[in-house]
Amino acid sequence: MNLTTEYTGLKDSLLTDFQVWESQLAGGEKSTLHRVRREAIRQFDRLGFPTTKHEEWKYTNVGALTKQAFGFRSSTNLTVADVGALLVPHLEANVVVFVNGIYQPQLSRLVSPKADLRVEDFADAYQRDPAFVEQHFAQSAGYEHDAFTALSTAFAQHGAFIHVTDQKIIEHPVLLYFISDARSGNVASQPRNLFVVGRNSQVKIAEFFHTLGNNTSFTNAVTEITVEPNAYVEYYKVQEESEGAHHIGTTHITQLERSRSFSATITVQGGFVRNNLRVGLEGEHCEAHLFGLYLPDGKEHVDNHTVVDHAKPRSYSNELYKGILNGRATGVFNGKIFVRPDAQKTNAFQSNRNIILSDEASMNTKPQLEIFADDVKCSHGTTTGQLDEDALFYLRSRGIDADAAKSLLTVAFAGDVISQIHLPALREYIEQRVTRKLGQV
Amino acid sequence: MLKISNLQASIGEKQILRGINLEVRAGEVHAIMGPNGSGKSTLASVLAGRQEYEVTDGTVEYNGIDLLELSPEARAREGVFLAFQYPIEIPGVSTTNFLKTAVNEIRKHKGLEPLDAVQFLTLMKEKMKLVNIDQALLSRSLNEGFSGGEKKRNEVFQMAMLSPKLAILDETDSGLDIDALRIVAEGVNQLKRPDNATIVVTHYQRLLDYIIPDYVHVLYNGRIVKSGTKALAMELEEKGYDWIKNEVADAQAG
Repeated sequence: MNLTTEYTGLKDSLLTDFQVWESQLAGGEKSTLHRVRREAIRQFDRLGFPTTKHEEWKYTNVGALTKQAFGFRSSTNLTVADVGALLVPHLEANVVVFVNGIYQPQLSRLVSPKADLRVEDFADAYQRDPAFVEQHFAQSAGYEHDAFTALSTAFAQHGAFIHVTDQKIIEHPVLLYFISDARSGNVASQPRNLFVVGRNSQVKIAEFFHTLGNNTSFTNAVTEITVEPNAYVEYYKVQEESEGAHHIGTTHITQLERSRSFSATITVQGGFVRNNLRVGLEGEHCEAHLFGLYLPDGKEHVDNHTVVDHAKPRSYSNELYKGILNGRATGVFNGKIFVRPDAQKTNAFQSNRNIILSDEASMNTKPQLEIFADDVKCSHGTTTGQLDEDALFYLRSRGIDADAAKSLLTVAFAGDVISQIHLPALREYIEQRVTRKLGQV
Repeated sequence: MLKISNLQASIGEKQILRGINLEVRAGEVHAIMGPNGSGKSTLASVLAGRQEYEVTDGTVEYNGIDLLELSPEARAREGVFLAFQYPIEIPGVSTTNFLKTAVNEIRKHKGLEPLDAVQFLTLMKEKMKLVNIDQALLSRSLNEGFSGGEKKRNEVFQMAMLSPKLAILDETDSGLDIDALRIVAEGVNQLKRPDNATIVVTHYQRLLDYIIPDYVHVLYNGRIVKSGTKALAMELEEKGYDWIKNEVADAQAG
């Protein structure tokens, strides 16, 4: 008799996981939150993982990922010292650590007054104030068409909940560290984050993704951010994952009138990365700045899909994504700008610039503007090319060797994005990481 | 210092240098003149190590070493400097930062300790006076948005910082008004030492009013067809290049 059951793929295993987990919720399955989860798992079942026939996934093939097996909610014994090496130095901040998707209070440290800024695990927030969470959860991150968001919604339990009270300017940034501890096996996590920035308030939040160990990891992260009237959010996503890491991340920023947002998505490293960023400008006089930088080499794959949706008049958006590709790396940029019929006097700009350093690296870039209003200013531009030979010769003719010259030029190219980072300690940290990676060019 | 023998070079299928012979000794200033398209800039580029040009024949001996064997950066470290006709704009790299890297690479090659920030700034301040260049300009991106004159001054400033043994000035006078020309020329003159040499590549004689050459060579059709002293430059200024072309044609016919 054969007792081993054959592994039939990630989808089946997740559907089974959900049933087992649901049966252990002990009453929790009756909550409103869980009703949403149940709808989401059904939708995930219907959608299945996307294939490259799906327009949004044409150049990003999750086939290999969906055949692997992962341990979810794997426990870990990381110490403060283990984690310390991953933290941004010289930055006084609220530090929140998640390992394999589980909140680690003993590794976290909050410094801002609790009355101004509430930071806690999603599960704790839901227990404390279910109505507030329900009001914001799964509102912008739709799961109708997106299997990964459906999956995240179905398993929504842990992640960072951040609420900035109205009229507060939070001095110290919130740094969220998501660590996949893949030292002793394949691990997966689905952090589900919810940030609400109250009226007239300001906050800086950074998400960092790291992997420990050489096994495969899978992170399916979804962040929903609501920026209330006249508020400001500065949002950083910094990826320093391993070659064996699979990262599917989706961030939705919803902006109400006169709010501003700044986002920077910096992919230093990661084997297989897909970032979705959607900024919905749902009030008048909003402002959104989107920056991105990706530096894949080896066999890394980095895909950035962005959407800026102008729904109301008189808003401004500006987007700059830059890529440096080496080795056999592949990159994707897809940038959509929607200007809805109501959104007159919109100013929307988008630019994607890439440098390809090797013959075997490739980049697919597609800007997409859909404009339904007539009184708007929109532009987009994209370039993909090699390092400027004349510039290279100029530097070499002054005694700088070819490798150092290449590195100087690529770091300078990345500099346009790095210089946008407002937090000096973070800027320095990123600069150092980027220089280190490009120093190997 | 420099001995060029029968140097031939081409770009793609097109042969540009057809056998250059030239010898430059320490302490000398040589001017290379000639009509457009004669191969002046190609000669300068080949000496600096630009890879688009293929050297098909001949040798270049520089202080006893085979210059053509060296990479561009190795040539620079051995003391060869090319002031570009069209200095490249490099966004995101400041002149200061780039020069600090260059100066220290060259020092490392000579077995010297790298300059620290203070020493480097002191050296920079000293050399800035030579070409009357502004500190603010040097902290900006290299040549980006610089005027023609600022770019050329930056070239001579870099030359001052790197103190080469053999400086090649490629059409350094082009695009300069008379005041800028004088500043650039004075900078070059002050850098002149008994142990270094300068090759001035130019179409016009006017730069040679300020940088006085010991020898003047006329390059035409990829060969040096006439050599002389400053007087030759004056003659060219007066009569243009046509009489040289005719001489060459006659010689070939004869």
